[in-house]
Amino acid sequence: MQTGASIQDISGSALGAGAPSPTKTVQCIGVPREVFPGEKRVATVPEAVEKLIKLGFRVAVESGAGELANCSDDTYRAAGAEVITGAAALWAASDIVFKVRGPTPDEVALMHEGQALISFIWPAQNPELMQQLAAKKVTVLAIDALPRTLSRAQKMDALTSMAGVSGYRAVIESANAFGRFFNGQITAAGKVPPAKVFIAGAGVAGLAAIGTAASLGAIVRANDTRAEVADQVVSLGGEFVKVDYVEEGSGGGGYAKVMSEGFQQAQRAMYAKQAKEVDIIITTALIPGKPAPKLITAEMVQSMKPGSVIVDMAAEQGGNCELTVPGESVVRHGVTIVGFTDLASRLSKQSSTLYATNLFRLTEELCKTKDGVINVNMEDEAIRGLTVINQGNITWPPPAPKAAPAPLAAKPAAAPVVKKAQGHGAASEPMPANKLAIVFGVAAALFWLIGANAPKEFMSHFTVFVLACFVGYMVVWNVKPALHTPLMSVTNAISSIIAIGALVQISPIAGAVGRPDSLITWVAAAGIVLTAINMFGGFAVTQRMLAMFRK
Amino acid sequence: MSSSLATVAYIGATILFILSLGGLSNQSTALRGNLYGMVGMTIAVLATVFGPQVTAAGLPWIIAAMLIGGAIGLYAARTVQMTQMPELVALMHSMVGLAAMLVGLATFIDPEASKGYEGAAKSIHEMEIYVGIFIGAVTFSGSVVAFGKLSGRIGGNPMLLPGRHWMNLAGLLVVIYFGREFMNAHSIAEGMTPLIVMTVVALLFGIHMVMAIGGADMPVVVSMLNSYSGWAAAATGFMLSNDLLIVVGALVGSSGAILSYIMCNAMNRSFISVIAGGFGTTSAKPTAAAGGAQPVGEVTPVTALETAELLREAKSVIIVPGYGMAVAQAQHTVYEITKHLREKGVNVRFGIHPVAGRMPGHMNVLLAEAKVPYDIVFEMDELNDDFPVTDVTMVIGANDIVNPSAQDDPSSPIAGMPVLEVWKAKTSIVMKRSMASGYAGVDNPLFYKENNRMLFGDAKKMLDEVLMALKA
Repeated sequence: MQTGASIQDISGSALGAGAPSPTKTVQCIGVPREVFPGEKRVATVPEAVEKLIKLGFRVAVESGAGELANCSDDTYRAAGAEVITGAAALWAASDIVFKVRGPTPDEVALMHEGQALISFIWPAQNPELMQQLAAKKVTVLAIDALPRTLSRAQKMDALTSMAGVSGYRAVIESANAFGRFFNGQITAAGKVPPAKVFIAGAGVAGLAAIGTAASLGAIVRANDTRAEVADQVVSLGGEFVKVDYVEEGSGGGGYAKVMSEGFQQAQRAMYAKQAKEVDIIITTALIPGKPAPKLITAEMVQSMKPGSVIVDMAAEQGGNCELTVPGESVVRHGVTIVGFTDLASRLSKQSSTLYATNLFRLTEELCKTKDGVINVNMEDEAIRGLTVINQGNITWPPPAPKAAPAPLAAKPAAAPVVKKAQGHGAASEPMPANKLAIVFGVAAALFWLIGANAPKEFMSHFTVFVLACFVGYMVVWNVKPALHTPLMSVTNAISSIIAIGALVQISPIAGAVGRPDSLITWVAAAGIVLTAINMFGGFAVTQRMLAMFRK
Repeated sequence: MSSSLATVAYIGATILFILSLGGLSNQSTALRGNLYGMVGMTIAVLATVFGPQVTAAGLPWIIAAMLIGGAIGLYAARTVQMTQMPELVALMHSMVGLAAMLVGLATFIDPEASKGYEGAAKSIHEMEIYVGIFIGAVTFSGSVVAFGKLSGRIGGNPMLLPGRHWMNLAGLLVVIYFGREFMNAHSIAEGMTPLIVMTVVALLFGIHMVMAIGGADMPVVVSMLNSYSGWAAAATGFMLSNDLLIVVGALVGSSGAILSYIMCNAMNRSFISVIAGGFGTTSAKPTAAAGGAQPVGEVTPVTALETAELLREAKSVIIVPGYGMAVAQAQHTVYEITKHLREKGVNVRFGIHPVAGRMPGHMNVLLAEAKVPYDIVFEMDELNDDFPVTDVTMVIGANDIVNPSAQDDPSSPIAGMPVLEVWKAKTSIVMKRSMASGYAGVDNPLFYKENNRMLFGDAKKMLDEVLMALKA
């Protein structure tokens, strides 16, 4: 393949020069075959091709690109893609290239000016590749550089989708290497205890592994330096194992940070204890831009039961276990240590489909006009973060995001959400002192005014009134919101106490001079009818409503 | 019965009324609370009827009026649909308001009632009549309009007259001016004109106030009118120097005020802004603001079959009902679905936003009517933390109360309003008739979320189909 590429290089660049891509014509998305040894994934699948075409693009796929992910050339053709033989011809024909792995030097050589590349790049780890790409005056969007804390970016988050696939596969690999059932069984041949799985790191991959292992029936324990993930662990059927040491481990952007020495000691002690107890350890601990932390020492491996399995998902970054051999499965001290670095690729159909969807969502963001031309809008926070090279200029790392995500990213409350008192007045925030002083001042002035002018008779009624207001206040705060409608209808019924006013007026008064007796009687009778409707109706309907509430 | 005995009876009635409200703090004691209320009312009425102020000549009138009113009330209580509760409550408020007006009027034209008042006491007595009739009139006309709006006889949109705040202010000044005239009047006939002018202004004021308030602000209006009917009773109590009326009026008034406060809080809006005319003050803004914060993405419609599939596979489901469920009368089907899922071992719960529906607690009553057990019906704050571990949330005919821009977008007109965080569930299904925006006129980014599905159509019809698919 590589020789083939270099031979066709000349014709490729000639084609590239001869195929001008003025911005107005429909752009072509090219999907080459992955050249990295053992890589089975492909950057787009036929389902996604259809959607891309709907956005106005043309799609070209290198012949055989999807073969290892169970996508034949024919299915691509059926979806509307053009199938091109040979990498050079494809690279030359494409305005935008979708890839999974970062380009090899040979592939970089095939690129032409003005082309756009979307793939994993890892700019921090690959400065040379960045220089090469910049020299080619291309635009590069590194899918791994996506600002993951933007909620809008989640649909494009290929790291998450790949990590999910890897986590699943890690459990499957461990099951493959493990000599027993995962689930406990009671068979005619005796009782089988369930496997115990310990998962270090509860990120996306860790959580996927927890869910998978739990659904296979294993007893799952997990640990993470970020205490806030404990709930998620439990929700997936795992048990959260705490480290006996207090320190907040969120390092922003959803990753963990390096912990203090004291914490690490306590953590090692916990890991050593777990190693003795469990059958399978799956490690997923990564710290961005740093080698993976060594969580599992050689002694811990030695202390494990023979036949145990360790799957080290951090193998590519050096491994969480001291004895990991990246890319291989080895047996040390009777323990199988799986250090595969291509877990996602081993589930090529699934990971390709997810990756293709992520890239499609990204393309949507790039082409909001749906006219088949991408627009790298550097004002857009998500796209700004993704773009590591813009027309030959290295734009990585991006400026710090406008608002640094809070350590507890669980509740990004942009607007002040008032924590409201639920059912009980006392739960509300105490009023600020100056405001309180004003309220009391106004109340005092009002009371003074009333006290100075009103007669004694009025004052006794006023006392009753004010006290009753407070009694009402205290009583009603305790009413459950679920009963607010019955509360209204019962207060409504009670307010028909106004009937008493009409009742005392209805009787003619003997000997009263100038009293329009019959008029008053009629008015009062009307009042009684109205309040009686309220009284009987209100209590009856409340009764009817309350009778419906049942456990 | 001596007047001391009547007073003691009144105290007993007062205590029973307080216990009645206290009993409503819990479903298990609520029925007893209602019973206390009935007993209290009976005692109060009997004590008055057999008290010193009612003579034998009045008794036939009282019995006849009570029978007529009671029959109408019981009939209405028996036949009302639970979805019509807000209308019924509004109508009943209007009766309290009208009764307060009538009692005030009767007091005013009764020379015996103002006998023995001199100087300041006389002024205060007249002021009490004036204020009592004013509150009664506002309550009456406001409640009638609220009833019209709730029952659909009057359009639900806020009617916003130009310069409406000035009109209200002018009305208030007129009322104060004629108040002076009224106090200075020397005879009943002389005082009648200012009283009538004020009553007309108060009636117009009540109409205008409620007309300006839109459909989804109705919970505030209904509880506010509830409060007013209490104050009307309290004012009548002052007028008649009757402590029982004052206490009960104050109880009801503060109860309604607290409900209004809770409703306003639930919408993160000040009471003044609701009364001043719904979202009217910002009515021009949503379109402008929408340009800046237009949600992006596409909605994913689903069919009833797919919805049933999602529900069947879920372990935990939260249903968020809104006014749309009441309109479509879908609560019974919702319960059937709930029952079916619970039998299958699915954890189904209901999340109720404080302002869902058209009056406080409206949704709870509807669900109770459909026999949904109340221990699976939860308040917003009890459930909001559970959404991340929920498989499916179903939003039935609700919009603004599940709008994420209340939290994410400070420029949104509903920013800061507490909402049910349904989008945090694995999948959310929104049942809606169309893509129209909610009452607040704000587009809802929830619909465009990756994990959201839209089930378009009439809630009842679609839920029936979901139920059929579930049972199949």
